[in-house]
Amino acid sequence: MTSATMTSMQRVLTTLGHQEPDQVPLFLLTTMHGAKELGMSIEQYFSKAEHVAQGQMLLLEKYRGDCVYPFFHASIETEAWGGTTLFSPEGPPVCGDPIITRPTDIETLSSPRVADSPALQKVLATIRELKQQVADTVPIIGVAISPFSLPVMQMGFHSYIELMHEQPTLFDRLMQLNEEFTVEWANAQLEAGATAICYFDPVSSTTSVPRGLYLKTGQQVAKRTLARIKGPTATHLASGRGLSIVSDIADTGTAVVGVSALEDLAELKKAAAGRVTLLGNLNGVEMRRWTPQQAELEVKRAIAKAGRGGGFVLADNHGEIPWQVPEAVLLAIRDAVARWGRYPLTWAADWKD
Amino acid sequence: METSVAPFREALESLDRIKADNIFQQVLVKRTPIEAVEQVVVPALEQIGAAWHAGEVALSQVYMSGRFCEELVDKTLPPSDPDRKHQPRSAIVVLSDYHDLGKRMVYSVMRASGFELFDYGRMDVDALVKRAVSDKIRVLMISVLMLPSALKVREVCSALKKNGADVKVIVGGAPFLFDSELWKEVGADAMGSSASQAVTIVERMMGELQ
Repeated sequence: MTSATMTSMQRVLTTLGHQEPDQVPLFLLTTMHGAKELGMSIEQYFSKAEHVAQGQMLLLEKYRGDCVYPFFHASIETEAWGGTTLFSPEGPPVCGDPIITRPTDIETLSSPRVADSPALQKVLATIRELKQQVADTVPIIGVAISPFSLPVMQMGFHSYIELMHEQPTLFDRLMQLNEEFTVEWANAQLEAGATAICYFDPVSSTTSVPRGLYLKTGQQVAKRTLARIKGPTATHLASGRGLSIVSDIADTGTAVVGVSALEDLAELKKAAAGRVTLLGNLNGVEMRRWTPQQAELEVKRAIAKAGRGGGFVLADNHGEIPWQVPEAVLLAIRDAVARWGRYPLTWAADWKD
Repeated sequence: METSVAPFREALESLDRIKADNIFQQVLVKRTPIEAVEQVVVPALEQIGAAWHAGEVALSQVYMSGRFCEELVDKTLPPSDPDRKHQPRSAIVVLSDYHDLGKRMVYSVMRASGFELFDYGRMDVDALVKRAVSDKIRVLMISVLMLPSALKVREVCSALKKNGADVKVIVGGAPFLFDSELWKEVGADAMGSSASQAVTIVERMMGELQ
């Protein structure tokens, strides 16, 4: 199939099979932008499932991306653990005070149930609504924070690093609790209609921990967790580096790796070696001030480096496009994909950086 | 360069406290405490910071190394020691967001390099400006993780200027690493791409402020 006749689902599945679809799939991972579409504050927007479902459908229509993204914000998971979410007018909601204030709190901590969390139920309702609207034509990408990365929100990053190095028994217990939660949460989203789960795992990136530690910790957690998630997963490093562990991440059974703008896509594609599909790696922070011409150049560069042979989905490098990125840039990205992303990518062989 | 730097750095990166402590004690046999800090601890932390920037070591190693060195230096060079650097009044803060790992790393590395500075914790724009003016701060280090917080540095800089404060603002954190123009856009005087670079920048500013 060489013309743009595939559905988004066909396009994505073809590239995941390391074949060339009709054109490079584009995941425009906009979360807060739905609030702009509905003329609401970010807090108001995330207060109801129907807002987010409606926002995602409007964004799909406007930017013609290849997925819908019923992700609210990372802190929604900590709400299930008894935490709070803090909203701001121009940025993603963040979690409030840690739920674990001393490592010994882990001894008495228990995993929350998805059914008991109104916040998580709101996400599931969004997924069900989106499934009714797109059926099997557009992938619905659910999100679960990795059990290994969740503690950054549960207890703060520095306390978590200290726990990892100094209190292995409590670290193991926290991983067990988090694994139970993540598996239940991911499977609930799949049952509600999500096509795949984006497994956010920035702590596994080599930006956060060295490879040796990852192999003993984050990778083992991912192997156990992903094996129990009843659907495809995409491991996202949320801007963190991962070039030296791409093959290790592939060993966890994931289908996709979300990669950083700090690393070269051509090198990443080589390292992926047909075992995992790459998702990335447009620089979301710089994107805020791109001109349409820059947007086109960046899209072209990414496609030239990683598009050939499939196994590539164009996206930002963080898994969430900043609120400050203007509509004109998103439209320019979309148009550039339509212009330069059509297979076969004959022009890409002559690309010079 | 002092020959102990490489093994000291290796011990820090592999989180081998005992080995790092032994190397440092051996250096103290032939050097004064301040010489040991300046010739072994500071270069080792600088190298680790540069290696992090190059993607060769991880945040967990930078954080644990900085924390260990801070303890080591506090033991040998207490805060009241006259050899602690004569420096402009400095402070460090996390602006608006709730992620303080970066601030903690810079704070540890600064203290491990012989500097003393106020730790303001987490603050919003107005409270920060008020406190910096009242403390007569000359060097203000601002750490952020989120882009909206990075954009708020602009408000801090213009409010400090409006208050007539003679302050150099150094910024650091992920948004500045991903957009190399951002620190200028928000009106900062410098950007540190690693914890140890903060030390180099403050040392340079000490000259400019005198």
